[in-house]
Parts: sequence; C-alpha cells; structure tokens
Amino acid sequence: MKINANIAISQSGYIFNPQTGESFSLNPIGVEVIRMLQEEKPKETIVASIVDRYDVTASAFACDLDDFVSLLKQYEMLTDE
Amino acid sequence: MSDVKPYYTIAVTGLNAVDNPGPGVPVVRSLKEATSFSCRIVGLCYELMEPGAYMHDLVDVCYQVPYPSAGTEALLSRLDYINDKEHIDVIIPNFDAELFSYIKLENELSKRHIALFLPTLEQFEARQKFNLHDFGKRIGLEVPRSINCDTMDDFLGKSDRSEWSYPLVVKGRFYEAYVVHDDGQFVANFGKIAAQWGTPVIVQQFVEGSEFNVIGFGSADSKLLAAVPMRKQFITDKGKAWAGITVSDSRLVDMARRFVEASGWRGGFELELMRGRDGNAYVLEINPRIPAWVYLATAAGQNIPELLVNAALGKEVKAFDKYDVGKMFVRCSWDMIVDQEEFGAFSVSGEKDNRQK
Repeated sequence: MKINANIAISQSGYIFNPQTGESFSLNPIGVEVIRMLQEEKPKETIVASIVDRYDVTASAFACDLDDFVSLLKQYEMLTDE
Repeated sequence: MSDVKPYYTIAVTGLNAVDNPGPGVPVVRSLKEATSFSCRIVGLCYELMEPGAYMHDLVDVCYQVPYPSAGTEALLSRLDYINDKEHIDVIIPNFDAELFSYIKLENELSKRHIALFLPTLEQFEARQKFNLHDFGKRIGLEVPRSINCDTMDDFLGKSDRSEWSYPLVVKGRFYEAYVVHDDGQFVANFGKIAAQWGTPVIVQQFVEGSEFNVIGFGSADSKLLAAVPMRKQFITDKGKAWAGITVSDSRLVDMARRFVEASGWRGGFELELMRGRDGNAYVLEINPRIPAWVYLATAAGQNIPELLVNAALGKEVKAFDKYDVGKMFVRCSWDMIVDQEEFGAFSVSGEKDNRQK
C-alpha cells in the first residue's frame, strides 16, 4: 500500500488531493496512521504501534484500519503498489 | 533597452458582478496586474447598475452600450462615438450573447485600429449547446448523450425512449438548465425553457459526479497557450462556482489542448466538465469566452487577459507551462455605497468618468 506521492498532508491533519481537488480533515490518530502509511509501514506494524500507545485491542483497531484504508482508496489517495 | 511599458486603452464588457457574475471585473483586475503593459479601462455597460461601473479603482470611464438585439450597426455607431473620445486599443467582450456582433464587427473595428481576439463565426457556432454532441464526437471529446427537440414529443415520443433514463437535464439553447426526474418535471421545465429561449431545447442524459472547469486560451495558430483546471467547491443555486480550487489533473488540460487543436479555437474559452463515477470527464458546455473565475488563473500564474491583449495586438506571446496547484478562490458579495448623483448623471448621459471622483 502506498499513499500517492502528490497528496499533501499538513501537520494539522488537513489533506489535499491535488488531482481531484478534494480535501479532508483527519483527527490526530488519523494523522499518525497516514504518516505511517506514507512511510510504507506494513499493516501489522501500524496496528502494533497504535495498540502500544492507545486503549484499543488489536482486532478492533485492525478493523478500523481496514475501513480507513478502503476510504483512502475510494478517494484515490492510496494505491496497492 | 527601454524599460518603459506600453500603455493601452482597453474596453471591457461584462461588469455585472452579480450572483451570476460576468467576467468583466476579474478581467480588469487581471489587466491591472499585467507585467508587460499598463492600461486604462473603458467599461462598456448594458445596465446602469452593473457594479463594475462604480469600482473607481478598477474602471476609469464607463459608457452605456446598446443591447445586442439592437443590431451591429447600433453597436458600431456607439463604439465610434466612444472611440473618438477614448482611442481604444483593444476590446474584450465577455458575454456569449454579444460575441456574434463583435465577431461580425472585427474587420470594421480593425480599420479603426481597435483589436479583438475572437474565434471565427464557424468556431463559435460549432460549440453551441445544440451542436455540442456532434462537435464533441468529431474532435474526440466525450459529451453526455443529447438530442435537440423542437417539441416535447421529439423526446417523449422517441422510439428508443427506453434507452434513456431519468434524471435528465433540460437545457435552453443559450442559458438555463434544469435537472428533471420524471415526465411531469420534464413537461413543466421543457415548456418554461422553450418559452424563454425558443427551440431547440436540448435534452441531455444527466451525469452524476464532480464538476470541474478548465479555463484556456488558443493562439492564432491553434496552439493551447494557457490552461488551468479548477474543481468547483461551492456551487450556487444557479450552478455557478462560488468557490473553487486549482487541480493538477493533466487529463483535463489535454482535453483543452484537443479542443484548441481540433477546432482551431482563437481566444479565451472555458470547458465545463463533469467527472462521472466511471472516471471519464464529460464536456457539458464549452463557453466561448473568458469565464468569471479568471482571476483564480491569474493568481495561479496564468494571466489570460494579459495574454489576450498581447495576442490581439500582434505581440509575441508564449505558452504558460505551469500554474500553482491548490490555489483557491472564495467569491464574496460586497455592498458599495454610491452617491445618487453619480448614478443620476450616468443615467442621464450614459457616460461616467470615475477619474473625477
């Protein structure tokens, strides 16, 4: 999985897709996750990192991550490369 | 080498900065920011309350001009009067409805050393709404399926009616369009549009998706010199963009290039596009002039009105090769306070000198 190179992500969690002109706001955990996706970290690593620091089970967060990833794909921000 | 810039007198129409704004005011803003020349602006108004006429820092003088329905002779006579006083170098017409007259007058105005930079009448007609489907097919641009109807039965009685499905868009030949969801709405809106704009009424398959526009400029030798695509972010009930953002979709720029190269389009234009759920961009309309959001393109690095003036005057012009992506415009309405004497004098004489204020 790879975040498209031209996607702009600000520190405040504002995301702009320059190809489609769409923009989105992320909460702080969303920003953490998308940063890890940008660094091409595997799903297991992202889950472990979040479970380590937040009060959430690995299975619950893995489901949330799958939802988030499919949303990013739907909005043409993430590819399977 | 002298660094003194040339100084031009440029006449501009479309100063109606209202809820469905004309492009005149943003064209003037762009001209005032030109780096290759300085200019003074002659506003040409149809109505006395066109807001641009009261923008003293943008428009130097204003004259009322006759509506296109008065004919080209009346317009030429008025332009002769104005030109005697103002010595116009270039006119930038900004309304679809007046372009026919200005295209017809191009030679006459050229004799008076007034330059225009407009498409030919043939190019102008080819992209009319009622010709757009065939035109798109000819030049390889996708246009939603459409038919031209002189009567409602031309659609309602069609033998292949089952191949069409609601929602549909019912469009006037010049202005106005409604999305209709059933036969009842079709009949009501078809009648309204036919009464207002005449026939044919265009019936088009509705495409669901995101709206994009591309502003562009074609040179005298059929080259695309400027193109900036924009996604509409806030749309008024009249379908006008009240906010938008520049995007980096090269496919949209390629569509503008194909349009210019295939049609030989000369001058400013706007492609109105819908990117459907299937990922394809469909051409909904091709407007034959600079659009009202032109100042966004200027701010993003492509000053199309400046390019137009230089092209009209036969100066060397170069194609823009970039623009800023992610630049936004947010339109606003702003109440200007006008002395009733100023309005009164304009209404009596049809002339207005903003430099005296």
